[in-house]
Amino acid sequence: MNGMRTLGAKPWIWSFAAAVIVWVTTVWFTGGSSAVGLSQATLTFAAFSIIVGVGQMFVITLGPGNIDLSVPATMTLSGTVALKVMDVQDSMILVGLLLAIFVGIAIGMGNYALIKLLRIPPIIATLSMSFIVQSFAIWTNRGLRIKPPEMLSSFATSYTFGIPNVALIALLISVLAWVLLEKSVYGRRISAIGQSSFAARMAGIPIDGTRFVTYVLCSVLAALCGYLLASFSGGAALNMGAEYLLMSIAVVVIGGTAVAGGNSNVPGIWGASLFMFLVVSMLNTYGFGAGVRLILTGLIIIAVILAAGGRKALR
Amino acid sequence: MNESVPKPEVAAARGVKVAFGAVKALDGADLIIRQSECVGLVGHNGAGKSTIVNVINGGLSPHEGTISYGGVEAQGISTARAHGIRCVFQELSLCPNLTVAENARVMHSDLKGSGWRRRGLELVTQKLDDIFPGHAIDCESVVEDLSIAERQMVEIAISFAAVAEAPKLVILDEPTSSLDAGLAAQLMAYVRRFVGSGGSVLLISHILGEILSTSDRIVVMKDGKVVADRPASEFDTRRLVEAMGSVVRHQGWERAAKAHSGQPVLSVQLHPRSSHRLQAFGGEIVGLAGLGGHGQTEALLEIYLSANGNWWPTKEPKMAFVAGDRALNGAFPLWSILKNLSISSLKGLSKRKLIDPVREQEVSERWKKRIEIRTPDMHNPILSLSGGNQQKVLFARALATTSKIVLMDDPMRGVDIGTKQEVYEILRSEASAGRTFIWYSTEMDEIRLCDRVYVFRDGAIADELVGADITEANVLAASFAGGAAA
Repeated sequence: MNGMRTLGAKPWIWSFAAAVIVWVTTVWFTGGSSAVGLSQATLTFAAFSIIVGVGQMFVITLGPGNIDLSVPATMTLSGTVALKVMDVQDSMILVGLLLAIFVGIAIGMGNYALIKLLRIPPIIATLSMSFIVQSFAIWTNRGLRIKPPEMLSSFATSYTFGIPNVALIALLISVLAWVLLEKSVYGRRISAIGQSSFAARMAGIPIDGTRFVTYVLCSVLAALCGYLLASFSGGAALNMGAEYLLMSIAVVVIGGTAVAGGNSNVPGIWGASLFMFLVVSMLNTYGFGAGVRLILTGLIIIAVILAAGGRKALR
Repeated sequence: MNESVPKPEVAAARGVKVAFGAVKALDGADLIIRQSECVGLVGHNGAGKSTIVNVINGGLSPHEGTISYGGVEAQGISTARAHGIRCVFQELSLCPNLTVAENARVMHSDLKGSGWRRRGLELVTQKLDDIFPGHAIDCESVVEDLSIAERQMVEIAISFAAVAEAPKLVILDEPTSSLDAGLAAQLMAYVRRFVGSGGSVLLISHILGEILSTSDRIVVMKDGKVVADRPASEFDTRRLVEAMGSVVRHQGWERAAKAHSGQPVLSVQLHPRSSHRLQAFGGEIVGLAGLGGHGQTEALLEIYLSANGNWWPTKEPKMAFVAGDRALNGAFPLWSILKNLSISSLKGLSKRKLIDPVREQEVSERWKKRIEIRTPDMHNPILSLSGGNQQKVLFARALATTSKIVLMDDPMRGVDIGTKQEVYEILRSEASAGRTFIWYSTEMDEIRLCDRVYVFRDGAIADELVGADITEANVLAASFAGGAAA
């Protein structure tokens, strides 16, 4: 029985193994001088992927067809709105945070309203939602670049015990998500829905309520990530969320969460996020051009998914 | 009819045995169809009617026994077709994305060469006019756009149509189930004309009136055997129902003939045509009987879905549901036995929304012992269990809740007899403790365990039986249209 459990806990191993291999080769190439710097940069940038990845993971757990494509637009809107409201004043930091969360809740509710009321598949509903949200962001932003409050931006860019603050926040969110997924009634419910929506219904699970909460949760995490990213990079930009669309999905898949739903894990998202950043910096260190870098990134991702997928083929 | 000289055989199955695993679908059945006669085939669910049809049309090779067409032993679908055997299936088999003429081409490979579309169209139109005069079917439309009744009519017309060779034997499996009375009468009249002109028909129907008025000879099947094979004139509705019933009387447990006091815990009007409201009192086992697929599962789903909300978790769910089709709506394949068992009662097992693992373990061990789930460890995956034990987990899932009403959708399908006895025992003790069970079953032995039984026919409740009236004969009589008069 213990054998079964360790086997079940395995899917995330692969993403960590890949991350470690890439880290070692990069550090070895630079003769060990980059070890600390590389680790800190990786943790910082991985933190943002982790936060959106956790949200996306909950949605993907709901089963085939469930996905949230409004993540980048949500990040952009919450970042721009929060910075505008805070207006460089340290006293407004909390108000800005609450506003970002509110933006997330509103977008999540909008997403599920489209899915449920208009019976649009989630992939299209969240994509159309993201157009609305992006237009909103353009309208509020109007091309000006407001700086984040001083205290907030120094918090986002500094370290505690040598670990980036944003990584600590990502760790806190991940622990909460893990408890939610593994220990709570809600976690059982989304896993049940992901395995068989009809069976879940007949087992007395409120499907609509659970799915609604999940879409809201995903949007709130994206909004939170947008708030942090805008503070970290010294201002919100309209394209700041763009790379997180593919990233949020890729880290979930590479992390060993079943795309078919019902089976997910939080640690894998860490491994995958670290790996994704490390691959890019490794190829940079080797001095490859942008084109070769993208091709190699793609190939490496495919290799990792194949290696991890061999295990899951048992299903 | 002059029976002194036997007419030549069209198709014959002799001493046929077919087994699916441990289930004997056919246990030495004989069925002979002669030229220019209509044979009626009746029997309750699982009697082996569909299996013997599949043997005769060549779709299924028997494990024992012989098949012959026109006196020549042969086997296989193409051989059967070459001997003029045609079959109209109960579940419609037209391709919905093709037109009527194109479907005719699918069934008749002789329809070839240039202009096959036009000829197919003429062929089907003419046959439809012939069988169902006054029909309004546009044969150039795609099958998808036709109603269920129209599709059935088209399929019948295509089967009776002759391209190169006229059909010799047409098997009609429940052909009138989706036709109204007028169309059914037209079809039966055509069957008589077809038989009169030398063709043969094997007619399967649960409408006994149809069988009695149209057939020359009636074959009654039960438990994979032919139990009666006599000219139709020797039968009437009552005798037919008796022939279908079981010979050996099993003993049900003794029902406490309790008088119901107070309000029913459940009372619903299911279908506008239902003759009774479905009612259930506390501590009662209510059976839903009738032939399979006559609306019992739909009734259970309707009752369940209207009682359980889809948005907010209810504090104390009013009803629990035991699925009959484990793979479709029961087990969660990725989970352990433990998680599968506790999913419906997590509310009572958690503190501040977090599951208490100790109490979850306790509950699962208690049910493991009580319902005897055969596994060394409840953390093993659910799929490591045999089908019967998986079913027990689903029972335990429902019984572990605090729900006062438990709905059961034919949960004993494919469960061995030992497991059944264990579960019956638990149902009885739970019922005497005040739980109400609503139990759809296709097995007569289980229906006899119920305190009250509603017999379903065509999606509506046709009859209510209480106490000593719950007998196989009464259930069968109510299940078959026309049987009510007996």
